[in-house]
Amino acid sequence: METFIGKPIKRREDARFLKGAGRYTDDIKLPKMTHSAFVRSPYAHANVRSIDTTEANKADGVVAIYTGSDSCGTFGVPCGWQVDFKNGETMREPLHPLLAKDKIKHVGEAVAIVIAETLEQARDAAELVQVDYESLPAVTDPRKAMEPGAPLVHEEWPDNASFDWCIGNDRAEVEAALDSAHYVTEMEFRNQRLAPNAIEPRSYIADYDVNSGKWTLYTSTQNPHLIRLLLCAFVLGIPEHKVRVVSYDVGGGFGSKIYHYTEEALLTWASKEIGRPIKWTSDRTEAFLTDAHGRDHVVKSKMGFDKEGKIVAHLTDEFCAMGAYLSTFAPAVPTYLHGTLFQGVYTTPLIHLNVTAPFTHTVAVDAYRGAGRPEATYLLERMISKAAKEMDIDPADLRFKNFIPPFDGVNEPGYQTQVALQYDSGNYHGVLKRGLEMLGYEDFRKEQAVARASGKLLGVGISTYIEGCGIAPSAVVGSLGARAGLYEVGAVRVQPTGKVSVFTGSHSHGQGHETVFAQFVADKLGIPMDDVEIEHGDTDQVAFGMGTYGSRSLSVGGSAIIKSVEKILEKGAKIAAHKLEAAEEDLEYAEGKWTVKGTDKSVSFGDVSLTAYVPHDYPEGLEPGLDFSSFYDPTNFTYPFGTHIAVVEVDSDTGKVTLKRFVACDDVGNVMNPMIVDGQIQGGVVQGVGQALLEEVIYDESGQMLSGSYMDYAMPRADDIPMIETDRTVTPCPHNPLGVKGAGEAGAIGATPAVVNAVVDALAHLGVTDIQMPLTPQRVWKAMQN
Amino acid sequence: MIPAKFDYIKAATVGEAINLLEEHGFDAKIVSGGHSLIPAMKLRLATPEMLIDIRGIEGMNTITEEGNEIVIGANCTHHELTVNALVNNHVNVLSQAAKCIGDIQVRNRGTLGGSLAHADPASDYPATVLACEATIVAQGKNGSRTITAIDFFQGLFTTALEEGEIITAVRFPKVANGTYQKFFQSASRFAVVGVAAVKDGDRVKVGVTGVAGVPYRATAVENAYDGSSACAAHAVEGVDDVMSDHFADEEYRSHLAKVYVKRALEAL
Ligand SMILES: Cc1cc2nc3c(=O)[nH]c(=O)nc-3n(C[C@H](O)[C@H](O)[C@H](O)COP(=O)(O)OP(=O)(O)OC[C@H]3O[C@@H](n4cnc5c(N)ncnc54)[C@H](O)[C@@H]3O)c2cc1C
Repeated sequence: METFIGKPIKRREDARFLKGAGRYTDDIKLPKMTHSAFVRSPYAHANVRSIDTTEANKADGVVAIYTGSDSCGTFGVPCGWQVDFKNGETMREPLHPLLAKDKIKHVGEAVAIVIAETLEQARDAAELVQVDYESLPAVTDPRKAMEPGAPLVHEEWPDNASFDWCIGNDRAEVEAALDSAHYVTEMEFRNQRLAPNAIEPRSYIADYDVNSGKWTLYTSTQNPHLIRLLLCAFVLGIPEHKVRVVSYDVGGGFGSKIYHYTEEALLTWASKEIGRPIKWTSDRTEAFLTDAHGRDHVVKSKMGFDKEGKIVAHLTDEFCAMGAYLSTFAPAVPTYLHGTLFQGVYTTPLIHLNVTAPFTHTVAVDAYRGAGRPEATYLLERMISKAAKEMDIDPADLRFKNFIPPFDGVNEPGYQTQVALQYDSGNYHGVLKRGLEMLGYEDFRKEQAVARASGKLLGVGISTYIEGCGIAPSAVVGSLGARAGLYEVGAVRVQPTGKVSVFTGSHSHGQGHETVFAQFVADKLGIPMDDVEIEHGDTDQVAFGMGTYGSRSLSVGGSAIIKSVEKILEKGAKIAAHKLEAAEEDLEYAEGKWTVKGTDKSVSFGDVSLTAYVPHDYPEGLEPGLDFSSFYDPTNFTYPFGTHIAVVEVDSDTGKVTLKRFVACDDVGNVMNPMIVDGQIQGGVVQGVGQALLEEVIYDESGQMLSGSYMDYAMPRADDIPMIETDRTVTPCPHNPLGVKGAGEAGAIGATPAVVNAVVDALAHLGVTDIQMPLTPQRVWKAMQN
Repeated sequence: MIPAKFDYIKAATVGEAINLLEEHGFDAKIVSGGHSLIPAMKLRLATPEMLIDIRGIEGMNTITEEGNEIVIGANCTHHELTVNALVNNHVNVLSQAAKCIGDIQVRNRGTLGGSLAHADPASDYPATVLACEATIVAQGKNGSRTITAIDFFQGLFTTALEEGEIITAVRFPKVANGTYQKFFQSASRFAVVGVAAVKDGDRVKVGVTGVAGVPYRATAVENAYDGSSACAAHAVEGVDDVMSDHFADEEYRSHLAKVYVKRALEAL
């Protein structure tokens, strides 16, 4: 019997993607559909004196134009996570209107929507909308936003803070330990702002049906149910049972499509006003200006060591930009997804992180691939490597000295950190040891010495990361400020012929769920993969769901499906026992049939399925049918970890960095499909390298974005990246049925500090200790000159 | 990314194109490869009401040898310049520059004439045209004239072309050996610095693009050339408008100019 778990099975969904037959929102054309364009502010901070739509209204094909004065958006788009001030003051949460009315708070903020028969007409008419702005001074840097006298983003509060927060040990205790430490290393830097750049821009179609009074919203989202909930309960106050949210194929999200955006709600509202469907698809410039960004932390940090090189204390202060409005999960990112990872993979006994989260005249910052954990990992892994250099200890040795010893979470307990979490299982020695082997670390050091003697600048950089995925359980995240649960729903419907439909609240936008979920369902049921179909992305089909982000799909969504599979097998056993005239406990299930132990008497899954729906000869009192839905709320996060090692060469004339090798040894727990895991790791690594070397959203002092196109925002390309060498160790997660941890973000978390460490290593003999990301040739060259 | 409304007409001859330009005046624009114009139109930075397509004009996409010159039709694509034997044998610096442009799609559509007329200060050809002392052949309603490379480039996106003139060809004197060295901008992959150097007996001729608002001949380098690359130190001498952006400020760009002139001289 063919099994599927652990095999590199090619992705089923790729056939339609490669043939251009995907069902993306922008591909959908509805009868009588209208098109829309937004009028957006060219200023970061301005008063809107007047909006004149007279000329635009007269333009060809215009159906309707709405501005902030219309009755849309009374409630605004809410934030989904509340983090209150340390002193107990409630988080400052500004109204985020669907259209700005009197005041502009970032470049690209929409002031009007123009709806027309064609897209061209909508764009043409949008140019005729006259807006009179009074431009005002802006602030875009999170640290400057907190300086006295900084322009206020929201005038109702005395300063720009949205909240502040801290985690870990008592600050005074940490400071005292640093004061008496043998050695203290320090860093100040900015973890720069990034644009997520999903290849498919955001796209929505809202369709209000006058006859049924129902809405359908087609949207490129990572979590359709959450969008429906926010839309109905918070923004528009419309009945949830009359709203269907559909999100078939989505071309990447990286976090940016988790959130509920103003355009989604506005289209839904306007569709009822005009009684026709409305489409809007972002263009690339709009994506740069309006998709939630990632990172943007200004960091100041100290780490103390004893004589042996053991970390004794770690203290960090950060300013983390929120942007002009609070995006759906924004407050969680620099706090519960960030500070809670400050233990890293080390036994640091004293840790304190203090965060101030200011508003800035920029688009919102929210979770972007890794969300808070890349920022934590970058800081820790740069600090360790910097300290190693300064203390003249090999960076690998310094890591080995400080690692938390291996623990499997079953025989040895989970590891309790200083920053609230308890790690599930880990073997950090294992991944570093393997990573060094894969690289040939000792040989490389010799090669490096030879190269250096001949003037060639070679460097190696290590990072050993840990991250937290599948954040849960709901009650705990609720107590930390989440305004939603973080469980998942998985339903398994066995058809009378024994074919299986699986409905998941997880959402695939590149992850390959249709393949991986079918692999383990087929295995657990002992049936062919072709007999299993995975359905997602339609609120009318799937009971509920929390969607896909934070590498949660397999560990949370997969576990919910497993629960339903178990219920199917349990009920199936009752039917089988009846058919076989045996006791349930005498049956065993394998290879798609129930067999009476020790005999050749058996009944197949297909027979049992048919019997469940044609219950003529059937157990008394048992309901017909074979269809179960389950909610799975995990007991803990999962904690993947790994070691990434980069080798770089720096051009001594120009400062240009070439990535020569990249080695990744990750531990993502049990692996369902190694090819897909490799793909996830490699994709993540490329994004991590992008942050290290290329990418940066730049706002100037006045709040203009200087990097709003691919002419100015550098994305990694194939020829920037060497073959990524991957391997794995396997430390199963002890608390979910598949023993899986998550692989979606690991690459982006581990790669960035490895690359920066490598560049700094290449230049260490020139006295270079740090370079601000991205390490553009200019920055590297300038660092070499000083 | 939706252009404003425009009309389109395909010209069969240079004369027809010139007449159409005159007829439609400021509202009309020539389009050849469309790889600078169409992106600008999609962003509504350019809103011509009439596009006059010159790609079908006979004789504007040929490459011929005329005595000591290689004459290249303005409509020749970047790709054609990378593969054409005459260009490779006699103006190898031009085929090297063409290879550095954009990606395969861009090279298959974009043209020599379009690139020169557009005069993007970060484009690759100007360095080559300057170093080779090529002449630009332009035709307008008063007939045809030639413009020397040094006179052609006048400022950011500004050339010596008169209103209503079309580049029909570029005449490149044959060069024994040349090289094009480019430092790519990491996002756009246009030139932060592009240096073309050609050998002329004992002397060199050096064109530099990307560095200043107008591409220039590095005459200070040429004058100081002594067979070695030491003269590269003069790469930005006399240049008072070195460009600056977040990829390369004035200091770094000036430094790169020296590095790339040196590399070009050493590659000769
Ligand atoms: C993704 C991308 C990457 C690129 N990378 C590079 C690069 O690395 N280096 C580089 O140098 N360039 C680059 N380019 C620009 C490219 O080389 C263009 O093809 C070129 O600049 C314009 O040529 P075209 O034939 O496409 O002109 P068009 O876009 O058709 O026209 C450009 C302008 O010139 C005028 N024009 C066109 N032909 C003539 C003529 N014969 N006589 C008079 N006026 C004329 C038009 O009216 C218009 O104003 C890139 C372009 C893209 C889209």
